[in-house]
Amino acid sequence: MKLNITIIRSTFIVAEKDIKIYYKKPPVLIFGLLFPIFMFISFYLGRNLDLHEFFGGFLAMSIFFTSSSVGPMITPWEKTQGTYEKLLSYPITVGGIIFADVIAGMIFGIIINIFVAVVGIILLGYSVNIIIFILAFIISPFCFSSLGVFLASPSRGTTPSNVMMLSSLVRFPLLFISGIFVPLNKLPLIGKILSFFSPITYLVDLLNYSFRATHILPIYLDFILLIIFCFLFIFLSNIFLKRNLRKGF
Amino acid sequence: MEKAIEAISLTKKFNLNIAVNNLSFSVYKGEIFGFLGPNGAGKTTTLRMLTGLLIPDKGQSLINGIDISKEPIRAKLDIGVIPEMGNIYLDLTAKQNIILAGKFYGINSSELISRTENLLKIFQLQDRENDIAKNFSKGMKQRINIASALVHEPKILFIDEPTSGLDVISQRLIKKVIRDINKKGSTIFLTTHDMEEANNLCNRVAIINKGSLVAIDKPEILRLSIEAKKTVVISFDKDIDISPFLNKEHILGIEKVADKFNIQTDNPDIIIKDLVDIAKKYDLKITMLEILKASLEDVFLKFTREKD
Repeated sequence: MKLNITIIRSTFIVAEKDIKIYYKKPPVLIFGLLFPIFMFISFYLGRNLDLHEFFGGFLAMSIFFTSSSVGPMITPWEKTQGTYEKLLSYPITVGGIIFADVIAGMIFGIIINIFVAVVGIILLGYSVNIIIFILAFIISPFCFSSLGVFLASPSRGTTPSNVMMLSSLVRFPLLFISGIFVPLNKLPLIGKILSFFSPITYLVDLLNYSFRATHILPIYLDFILLIIFCFLFIFLSNIFLKRNLRKGF
Repeated sequence: MEKAIEAISLTKKFNLNIAVNNLSFSVYKGEIFGFLGPNGAGKTTTLRMLTGLLIPDKGQSLINGIDISKEPIRAKLDIGVIPEMGNIYLDLTAKQNIILAGKFYGINSSELISRTENLLKIFQLQDRENDIAKNFSKGMKQRINIASALVHEPKILFIDEPTSGLDVISQRLIKKVIRDINKKGSTIFLTTHDMEEANNLCNRVAIINKGSLVAIDKPEILRLSIEAKKTVVISFDKDIDISPFLNKEHILGIEKVADKFNIQTDNPDIIIKDLVDIAKKYDLKITMLEILKASLEDVFLKFTREKD
């Protein structure tokens, strides 16, 4: 019991430390804040898109970028600074560190996007399905943050900027196959099949449902698949980071 | 004596390279134990396996009898680890770094603040406690590194090269702190390649070379264990070549370094008698005369070269 309390306490201490240190790092601000804004501007301006129809997709894109931008930063940064070694010497498990990093990314995603969501909902006059919206707004940043942590987990001696760049190579394709820019029901068959491999697809579906009551997949399935992705990313992160404990970080 | 640390057949390979090979030894409670070896000998790898930072391919690390790979949290509650250099959060202040470390051990906040302030004072950092560590010197960063490992008053402290590359003031301060915490009952495991540091601080030392243990004992016993070769160091007030006048039978080697002669011998009495005779005969004044016994460095060189 005492040891479990130690693990839980250590996890929240690491998350608090991550929030204090990494939210202000330039790569997090660039990839987490500026990127979604630039993506929105470049796709919205001059295309006469119906913002009422596409806002769910844009919000999903923003949640995706912000939540997944903290995770790739933390582990490589700490490894190059030598603080990862120090962190492991404290009474915490690798799983605890992963969970803490995921929480830090999730909170970043929620804080930034709550403002975007509230402004969008008011300006566009949606009548929101509040329960689905809140659940999606908690589960999806957790999922995307887990993806960010997973993308950094295999790194050994790689600089944070390289990991951020490599993580973008994975995050951009996931964005383009997720039905944000072309609605899922208008995608060709191959596009539809590919879209199911992106967790963003399920958030877009959930947000479209909560804003406009339209959806492609059953809502429960969207949630289940997002949760499966969470478990998958955390499971793989755990494998990679524990493997590094054998190989030396 | 009760064991604080026990390494049982620790083995670690990186690809085909054997970093640590079947290493077994014990460190007893209350000891300062020096772990010596040349660069790349496997010191840091061993320390990492002992502290649960690296999983061994074979073998066990016990901390107060607890297997660190099976019960890492329980074992880690008893230890403090000071990695070699700079392992602090540069974006946090000196004070925040120490408090962050203390929080992991559930120390209540008023006690934690009091301990942190005390450590800042001991390490002479109180004037800079609210400054971001990024702008600190190497020595100051190392002092924060050490202070943050001491805040929970660990029963066992692992230190990797504590004074490497530091100025004399920081070195003295750190050595004093190590002695003080040992006096309070903490066991210290210290890796170093500084022989003087090991000689002055440690109750026992182990020498590792190419991943294997080559010697383990008290420094003075290890010094006695090597041959009774001694060095006579002498200098005169005038420049003279003394080699032709010395008894060749007892000279193992002679070299001139600046104005001093270093004469290696198995019989220093005869050599000193010869040197005094030379001084009398040529009206020379002896400005310095010293007999050097085998040092821990000689022991280290003997064991590490033997293995080569």
